[in-house]
Amino acid sequence: MMGERVIGDVILDLRNISLAFGGVKALTEISFDVREHEIRAIIGPNGAGKSSMLNVISGVYRPQQGEIVFHGEHFARMNSYKAAKAGIARTFQNIALFKGMSVLDNIMTGRTLMMKANLLQQAFWWGPARREELAHRAKVEEIIDFLEIQHIRKTPVGRLPYGLQKRVDLGRALAMEPRILLLDEPMAGMNVEEKQDMSRFILDVNDQMGTTIVLIEHDMGVVMDISDRVVVLDYGKKIGDGSPDAVRANPEVIQAYLGASH
Amino acid sequence: MAFFLETLIGGLMAGMLYSLVAIGFVLIFKASGVFNFAQGAMVLFAALAMARFSEWVPGWTGVSSPLFANSVAFVLAGIMMFVVAWLIERLVLRHLVNQEGATLLMATLGIAYLLEGIGQGIFGNDIYKIDVGMPKEPVFVLQNVFEGGILINKEDFIAALIAALLVGALTLFFQKTATGRALRAVADDHQAAQSIGIPLNRIWVIVWCVAGVTALVAGIIWGSKLGVQFSLATVAMRALPVVILGGLTSVPGAIVGGLIIGVGEKLSEVFLGPYVGGGIEIWFAYMLALVFLMFRPQGLFGEKIIDRV
Repeated sequence: MMGERVIGDVILDLRNISLAFGGVKALTEISFDVREHEIRAIIGPNGAGKSSMLNVISGVYRPQQGEIVFHGEHFARMNSYKAAKAGIARTFQNIALFKGMSVLDNIMTGRTLMMKANLLQQAFWWGPARREELAHRAKVEEIIDFLEIQHIRKTPVGRLPYGLQKRVDLGRALAMEPRILLLDEPMAGMNVEEKQDMSRFILDVNDQMGTTIVLIEHDMGVVMDISDRVVVLDYGKKIGDGSPDAVRANPEVIQAYLGASH
Repeated sequence: MAFFLETLIGGLMAGMLYSLVAIGFVLIFKASGVFNFAQGAMVLFAALAMARFSEWVPGWTGVSSPLFANSVAFVLAGIMMFVVAWLIERLVLRHLVNQEGATLLMATLGIAYLLEGIGQGIFGNDIYKIDVGMPKEPVFVLQNVFEGGILINKEDFIAALIAALLVGALTLFFQKTATGRALRAVADDHQAAQSIGIPLNRIWVIVWCVAGVTALVAGIIWGSKLGVQFSLATVAMRALPVVILGGLTSVPGAIVGGLIIGVGEKLSEVFLGPYVGGGIEIWFAYMLALVFLMFRPQGLFGEKIIDRV
């Protein structure tokens, strides 16, 4: 756990990313970087390419052009598995939890990559497999405490209200102990109270665990409050990049986003 | 009373055999969301392999002990099922990640025909027998309670026991191990499972292997009862109503569904049959499945699927 929050060097560098679906250009030559321990937001009006950007980083989409440098490693072709292995965790806009499983089991799945016991050992509940299971379980309980969801540990997630499901989704990503955490509209569809809770958790994760966070958000107020730096996209192009204040004062941004929709 | 009990027990044991095939469906559906039409073909393929290997092994090794031949044949057939699982993942499933359910269903239909053809190509298309030394003669039990006792088919009894053990082991595996959890996760959501680093390809090989082993056990038991021939592939069709009844996503459901259908078939045949001219056994299961589809489409134990609109 980190006490001091010091923004470090560039950890994730996106260079010249272009992505198209058939003739539709979702992203055009976008470059920006993310520094260690910071909270970096990607904003933009509907259809600006925010989600596409996140999906490129997490390996769901493969850009036609550009490269991703993560921790000094170059990825021309990222995929979901490679991303997870490299330490990139994500949450989903339309919650993609394992609905039939309990909260505890859902978060436990986040530990999959760290489990070393082989199938045979697991099948016979052999010493190493059992010890490993218990150790991971302890870590997962910490996360459950952190997110204040002890009371629903055993509940199947399908039965939980939306706000709590979002929290479990965050928990599963945290269980991976990621180096970088991608949040896809973490506050979409929440009421004010839930939004405040979620903001607090995001800040706490960043502050206490030192996790670097990249988030997409619609809610301008929240973004400006919690982010260190903001990238603004519009029609798949980058139109602004900088501190919240600088972005807010950028005339292009005001015209494209703030001016148009607020 | 004794006759009723006898019918009931006969039904329960027949039901266990349906469950054995139904579990294969459930396993694959849980882990990949695919309704695997090839399950029957896998049973046939496994039974063919078992029957022929046990025939060939004495010739290859010069050891004539049937126990040895059967054990070696079982291992070889198990390896064949592993190879089949691996090939299916490699050649078919890998290329169909995140596709519609209907696409995958059609793919398994293709796999079914391929397996039937290749199986009979390699192992021949005659009628073969599997003899793993299951006792054939029936026994009478509870002779001091009922006059004449209750007739029990020993072979069915042992088969039911094996099925029950297999199910117990599978349930524990799914609920208690990390791999079991990963399997359930993949079943729920492919994309989310990938994003947390669950290797989809490995999981699929594992689950098709497990389904292959279940098919092998079912193939041996059904094969030693009915003989190994092409019609074994249609045993799967008998298990279809079982999974509808029990729920496609539930291993215990496959058992309970199998038992209900086994008992229902036998009891209705014996007690209702005479009034309608018999033959109930043939359609009873499908009728029951139809009723379930109308009133409880998720089955007895299946997960209710609720989509956010």
